[in-house]
Amino acid sequence: MAAIRHPKDFWSGVLFIAIGVSTIVAGSKYTLGTAARMGPGYFPRILGILLIALGAILALRALRLQGAGIPAWKWRPTLVVLGSVVLFGAIVQLVGVAISTVVLIVAASAASHEFRPLESLIAGVLLAALAVGVFVVGLKLQLPIWPTFFGG
Amino acid sequence: MDLLSHLALGFGVALTPVNLLYAFIGVLLGTLIGVLPGIGPVATIAMLLPTTYALQPVSALIMLAGIYYGAQYGGSTTAILVNMPGESSSVVTCLDGYQMARKGQAGAALAIAALGSFFAGTVATVLVAAVSTPLSALALKFGPAEYFSLMVLGLIGAVVLAHGSLVKAIAMIVTGLLLGIVGTDVNSGVARFDFGIPELSDGIGVVVVAMGLFGFAEIILNLESTEKRELIKTSIKGLWLTKEQFKAAFPAVLRGTGLGSILGVLPGGGAMLSSFASYSIEKKIAKDPSQFGKGAIQGVAGPESANNAGAQTSFIPLLTLGIPENAVMAMMVGAMTIHNIQPGPQVMTSNPGLFWGLIASMWIGNLMLVVLNLPLIGMWVKLLTVPYRMLYPAILLFCAIGVYTVNNTSFDVMQTAFFGFLGVLFAKLECEPAPLLLGFVLGPMMEENLRRALLLSRGDPFVFMQRPISAGLLIAAVLLIVVIGLPNVKRKREEAFQE
Repeated sequence: MAAIRHPKDFWSGVLFIAIGVSTIVAGSKYTLGTAARMGPGYFPRILGILLIALGAILALRALRLQGAGIPAWKWRPTLVVLGSVVLFGAIVQLVGVAISTVVLIVAASAASHEFRPLESLIAGVLLAALAVGVFVVGLKLQLPIWPTFFGG
Repeated sequence: MDLLSHLALGFGVALTPVNLLYAFIGVLLGTLIGVLPGIGPVATIAMLLPTTYALQPVSALIMLAGIYYGAQYGGSTTAILVNMPGESSSVVTCLDGYQMARKGQAGAALAIAALGSFFAGTVATVLVAAVSTPLSALALKFGPAEYFSLMVLGLIGAVVLAHGSLVKAIAMIVTGLLLGIVGTDVNSGVARFDFGIPELSDGIGVVVVAMGLFGFAEIILNLESTEKRELIKTSIKGLWLTKEQFKAAFPAVLRGTGLGSILGVLPGGGAMLSSFASYSIEKKIAKDPSQFGKGAIQGVAGPESANNAGAQTSFIPLLTLGIPENAVMAMMVGAMTIHNIQPGPQVMTSNPGLFWGLIASMWIGNLMLVVLNLPLIGMWVKLLTVPYRMLYPAILLFCAIGVYTVNNTSFDVMQTAFFGFLGVLFAKLECEPAPLLLGFVLGPMMEENLRRALLLSRGDPFVFMQRPISAGLLIAAVLLIVVIGLPNVKRKREEAFQE
């Protein structure tokens, strides 16, 4: 078996083939139509085939070309950053901008290797005031400031 | 004298107090994010799009455009003073700008960067105004076949001039096109690729994609690297140029402006490419190239003028043809769509106030930047002392509020997080996200034009080759791929991006 000499290209190739295949599979329920009268499935089908071809070129070429390895994925920043944002989105309507801002800032700060809990709490409170001032009062976005049971 | 009456109309719109205020906010924010590392104009525009709902379309576009060219100014300030490019377009300014600062010529470097940019901005504004009318007239004659071919050329051109692997970039475009057609098909009413999720039947929002790929992913990648930023104190003495410096810099400003204006119009062009190209040209034609990298004023004057000219002329394809040529212009398409303006040649005739007002505001914005930035440099540098561990949660907060308020739904926030994850994955695999965003914005337009062209030709695919303009555009696209594929050119291209 040939060796993978260019891991970045090889795995991007695999990724594109996977996207292409799932496009064609998921799109198989849409009518294709003809070139003159295209159905909703026509254009995605073309793109899916194109993507598989491009992915195959990348993957096959990676057996021949030389390239650096894929850098290690440090999971902490990814999980903490994305997790804290999703958390913000989930609670903001319920508890309001003020509290969810503090939650977001403290949670997100934990992604850094220089995390300082007290400092991030203070920053959270200040930013909460700023966020309320700019977005709710200033720009009049439709967001509650306080939890609804607070009577706000 | 059409040009003058158009510009007069534009200034009439741009000079109203409201629009002056938004131009000011735009360039101020642009400078701010230009100074700050870790957030670029694409993510900023994505963040602010939702807040522009309530504004007049022209005010919204004036503000968002100001962010783009304002960022060019801010980026050069930090490049010169602390050897840190705030934006990718000011990477080359570090080379000589910082050396000038170390020699005690920080004031001169900042002054020529600002004045060169202003000069370039002025020329580019006139150029945009002059070229737009004939180009729009030409574009109005385009049928669906021409439009489809133009988009193919635009997308191919955009990746040829960008760096990285060509095959990967094209695959990223195709992925973007696919993401772009998620949602209800306008012709058949079928909801495509919505996985039964009702929110997806409206399609994926441009804010969601851009913020995930450019905002969140960037922050995560910054956090992964443990590199520390070092701050070096430089004192700024007198923001002015000596006669000799002016003499040395002026031709470079002229060349940079010319080069930037041309490269800005090309697909994939814009601020970054212009500044790189200008630096290598200045170095090549200099009497004493050894001075470059040691504080040659031409090395600051040329690229700084070029990036500003390029930033502005990259609006030409967007405003006249409706085709975005870089990621920032893709965001402008998103902004126009939100305000129910279909970008394209008809904007100039159907909405002349918006069109000329936007162009005029660019000149006013540039003037503001010169007046605003030179005295405020001290304040911008202070901002850099804020450590990243405090900066990024704040950026995240504004991103999160921005995404949430598009539709007031937590589903959008989750989608954005997904694209943030994808962005990190793409970065690990060295796949550039910009082509994906271009494809995403153009996806629905491309399908529609392909559909119409083939409907008119009764399914004959040769229609694209039988119509001369369309054939010419497609041949140009193929030639671009072939030329870049040649081993010789390939090596040169890699060298150029190495520099």
